[in-house]
Amino acid sequence: MDKIKIGLPRSIFYYEHEYMWKCFFEKLGFEVITSHQTNQEIIRLGDKHSNDEMCLSMKIYLGHVSSLVNKCDYILVPRIDNYGLTKQTCTNFLSIYDLVKNLFNQKLLHYNIDYKKGETEKCAYFDIGKQLGKRKNEVKDAYDYALIKYYKEEKRRNIIALNKLNSKKLKILLVGHDYNTEDELIGTLIVDYLSKNNCEIIKSHEIPKEMTVNLYDKISKTLYWKQNRENVGSIVYCEDKIDGIILLSAFPCGSDSIVNELVIRRVKAPILNIVIDDLSSFSGFETRLESFLDIIKQKCKR
Amino acid sequence: MKKIVAFPQMGNYYVPAEYLFSRILNCKIMSPKKITRNTIEMGTKNSPDFVCMPFKYTLGTMIECLDSGADIVMQFGGGCRYGYYSELQEQILKDLGYSFQYINLISAGKADVKKIYMEMKKVNPKLKIVQSLYYLLVARTMIKYMDNVDDYIRHNMGFEEKAGELAGLNKRMLKEFSGAKGLIHLTNIYIKYYKQIKKVKIVKNKNCLKVGIIGELYSVMEPFANYYLEKELASYNIDITRFTNVEYLLFQKKKQIKKYLKKAKNYIKYKMGADASDNIARTLLMCEEKYDGIIHIKSSFCTPEIGAMPIINKICNEYDIPVIFFSFDSNTSEVGIKTRLEAFHDMIEMRRNR
Repeated sequence: MDKIKIGLPRSIFYYEHEYMWKCFFEKLGFEVITSHQTNQEIIRLGDKHSNDEMCLSMKIYLGHVSSLVNKCDYILVPRIDNYGLTKQTCTNFLSIYDLVKNLFNQKLLHYNIDYKKGETEKCAYFDIGKQLGKRKNEVKDAYDYALIKYYKEEKRRNIIALNKLNSKKLKILLVGHDYNTEDELIGTLIVDYLSKNNCEIIKSHEIPKEMTVNLYDKISKTLYWKQNRENVGSIVYCEDKIDGIILLSAFPCGSDSIVNELVIRRVKAPILNIVIDDLSSFSGFETRLESFLDIIKQKCKR
Repeated sequence: MKKIVAFPQMGNYYVPAEYLFSRILNCKIMSPKKITRNTIEMGTKNSPDFVCMPFKYTLGTMIECLDSGADIVMQFGGGCRYGYYSELQEQILKDLGYSFQYINLISAGKADVKKIYMEMKKVNPKLKIVQSLYYLLVARTMIKYMDNVDDYIRHNMGFEEKAGELAGLNKRMLKEFSGAKGLIHLTNIYIKYYKQIKKVKIVKNKNCLKVGIIGELYSVMEPFANYYLEKELASYNIDITRFTNVEYLLFQKKKQIKKYLKKAKNYIKYKMGADASDNIARTLLMCEEKYDGIIHIKSSFCTPEIGAMPIINKICNEYDIPVIFFSFDSNTSEVGIKTRLEAFHDMIEMRRNR
């Protein structure tokens, strides 16, 4: 008998939970299928299914889901509401499960994280196990295994990122949601261009979360989005160690529209604000990145 | 000298707010000015690029109020992005060079009673708890009465014999409300006007067109933000139903949301942030009651509503009910909206005559 296939769309939740999901499902004996890296075909699919005012990341997500339909038995679409009273996630994360359920005719696997109502991450994984018909002790073993693997991987990444901060090249902090900075079409183009020009890039989500999550209040007191807190915290943490900051957001990201404006007004380091909407040409960004690098280099010489 | 307090405007709700703050704060209250094109231009100029419309509107009003001498600015936060408005608005206004005190009543969608009390105490050191609780009760009752009257007017505005009679009565009632001495006096005024409003002659056909308005709360409740959509609809002799009002948002939402989620369980399982899941359930409700059309309005880039729109579309397709989506921005033209509304009206009328 073939293994049951579980599809993971390579966007929004993927980059944060990727490692955990893969370990968990493979330990339980399922096959994991990840959608292809973002390309123009996926954006076209996403455009077809989405509403015209949705943010770019959401369109890409729907494109990924649509590319997985009929290729696997289940698609994993979680709903993440909050990690506690003041750690809210983006509103898109709340509606994503219901949206996908209504748009596509496909069996979905889902879980709900809502710490306000006591639905923790652990409960969520047990919920998945139940939906897949696994026994509790099996799920527990898989969860523990995945958690340990996840922490090890996270630690490895953090050490690499912190080492980058000591590099002698021009250091630039790329601030943005991980599903934007890691994305093949949004983030990678910028990262590639900068590394070609001999820069060291530190992505905001690579810096350990325990360090960044409580630093946000030096810039903003009432911030209540979890991911933006981490991003703002990473700016505070790295501010004296880096040469420039690039704020990367997708058009029209709800939380970034407000938080980035506040960051620009309150942080003194050089900042470039890049908003990406439709990804047809990169030359416009190239010009902006080039002039930004020139400014930083001149500032360093002085 | 007394300090001057100002707050952004939304519909007619400045009456209870003004009533409450002028009684408990011992300050002069600046009645919010009507929003004009100038207000919007001021707001847009100083806002980030793709923030939603209420931010620009309220920022514009605040700048105008500060220009005419206000010392304290108040903002009411809310769920989604509303909750974070206050901090950025304060920063923008300070960067513009104004000196003032900024009070945020609700942050992150939660009203912290103790914090609000401390803020009020700072403004007025002689604040008494019992007295302010009493006036809070009066203001709450006033909102309830206002919404009752508003609801009746909305259903019948398009069918009065002499046009403008109901609106005139409503205006007079609000004026007397702001001078109410207490709870009993307020109720007496309400009863007096409610009787008069009921007496207004209405020529209503039982088969009249019925249309429901749903959508994002600010653009639904502030008539300038939706270009007087309700008035326009009434001029076509349409019975209008609107669900969102302050009474609902502040006091009934917690109870209603569970009922709504149960009702729409075939389509949605979870809350979707702000009013999105409410609107989906309302769509279902209106489809089952065979309304002639549904109008969904929102300010552009309103994230929760964008998530709800595909589902609303799907429900309306299944029940075969026409739906139109309006998205307002700071430079939407009024003529475009009128044309689309007219076409929508012609279409639902034709469907009726089929």
